[in-house]
Amino acid sequence: MITRFEDKELKRQSRRQLLKLAPVAALGIFAFPKVSDRLVAEGVRFSDWAAGALFRRQHYAQTFSNSEVVPFEKFPYNGYDVLDPEVDLEKWTLTVEGDVQHPGEYKLAQIQALAKINQNTRHVCVEGWDVVGAFGGARISDFLTLVGANTSARFLEVECADDYYESIDMASVLHPQSLLCYEMYGQPLDRKHGAPLRLQMPTKLGYKQAKYLDTIRVTNVLKPGKTGYWEDQGYSWFGGL
Amino acid sequence: MSNEEPVDKNDEQKDTSPQPDVTGAPAEAGESAPVKMEEVAAAPEAAVKAEAGEVAGEPVPAEEPDLVRAAYEHPLPIRITHWVNAISLFVMATSGLRIFRAFPSFGPKIPEKVLLDIPKSLTLGGWLGGALQWHFTFMWLFAASGALYFGYQLFSRHYRTMLFSPRDLSGVWPMARHYFLFGPKPPATGQYNPLQKLAYTSTIGFGVLSLLTGIVLYKPAQFSWLAFLFGGYHLARIWHFAAMCGFLAFIPGHLIMVLLHGWENFYSMLSGWKREPGYE
Repeated sequence: MITRFEDKELKRQSRRQLLKLAPVAALGIFAFPKVSDRLVAEGVRFSDWAAGALFRRQHYAQTFSNSEVVPFEKFPYNGYDVLDPEVDLEKWTLTVEGDVQHPGEYKLAQIQALAKINQNTRHVCVEGWDVVGAFGGARISDFLTLVGANTSARFLEVECADDYYESIDMASVLHPQSLLCYEMYGQPLDRKHGAPLRLQMPTKLGYKQAKYLDTIRVTNVLKPGKTGYWEDQGYSWFGGL
Repeated sequence: MSNEEPVDKNDEQKDTSPQPDVTGAPAEAGESAPVKMEEVAAAPEAAVKAEAGEVAGEPVPAEEPDLVRAAYEHPLPIRITHWVNAISLFVMATSGLRIFRAFPSFGPKIPEKVLLDIPKSLTLGGWLGGALQWHFTFMWLFAASGALYFGYQLFSRHYRTMLFSPRDLSGVWPMARHYFLFGPKPPATGQYNPLQKLAYTSTIGFGVLSLLTGIVLYKPAQFSWLAFLFGGYHLARIWHFAAMCGFLAFIPGHLIMVLLHGWENFYSMLSGWKREPGYE
């Protein structure tokens, strides 16, 4: 639709309309690294909040047939520091702490005595690669029942023999596909994959799947700046899929 | 005005409501409600008449030789979403490329075949974690802007000016011949020529594709049905990249055309008003 203006009037109308766009200029704040660092960290916190609100325990991660699993030698070893922290497998016990009725040291045999779950699921790395592997272990939720954990607590914290550490929201911990994994490809976990025990949660990214578990703790409080090795450097804490 | 489409007539009816404050009173007096932005379209006409009437005390001639023709081409929601999108897409593409750098392949991890070595200088975020922070922040802005855009386009039916439809097909080749082979310029019939419509409509497709595949990559287990639609997580990552390639193909051409068409054309995406448009 064509309108006819005096030149002055068109300029005035144009200026008025231009000014209405001013709020968009507020995005220029992102050009200042000091501010943007904080803003994008808040953006991730918001995303994590949304991801947590969206999470449904009855939504399963895709499972695969044995023919779709990659060969064992094509399942990458991934670690942040050393791939073999030389855990003494003979003397190893899992320390259980926090909001549980039966804290203490648990042997691998006690975990293996729980119902065994075998699942072929996708391991998704935050870097962008993904690989379908075969995992075996006990449901974390079954183990938490065994130790009398208060599952209405908010978090499960884990510490590892390689000084890696993680914390996971309880809803994801209680997901039926979340395992205390002691087998891959039908064999006991090898040292570089986290022997004797690792987390395996197909609803979480790879960096949440802590290996060489040493201690688990049921808690309502996370120490700020101590929520996970990579998370403390800026990765999403929820890390969900 | 008689050849206007019905949708424009509706606008016109709305616009011809009394506008006492537009010329005489200070600008601020008329600024109270945001709804008023649409009224501006026709108000000046009334205002000019009123002004002329005051001065001359007689009816205004229909055509004043010193008047400027202008069209309110880009309503405020379109301009806001255009610029929010421009910024979001810049951030999403540059941080996305930094994320891609962490595993620049679409194949298996072992053996990893590097598909593209993207220079770090083209990327945003510094490292994978930083890039993800930018990506996870601006994805909300991009999605919100997209929702506002779609909502406005459907509500206002403004999309009729830009949505590519089958009847635009015949105009694509003459326009392409003009742009790329220096053929004669087909006469302008509306705000956008068929090739522009094709380009803008495609970018909407890229936007939808990037958003949906992004949801799959972000939450493949929670949105397993969406992952299934795109052929699974692995393929969704390829689609996501393809959507970005679509944008990267569009943007340079878009910027070149903006440069070639000069300031008035560019300024119209800021002010909404296009001075002396090349159509009636």
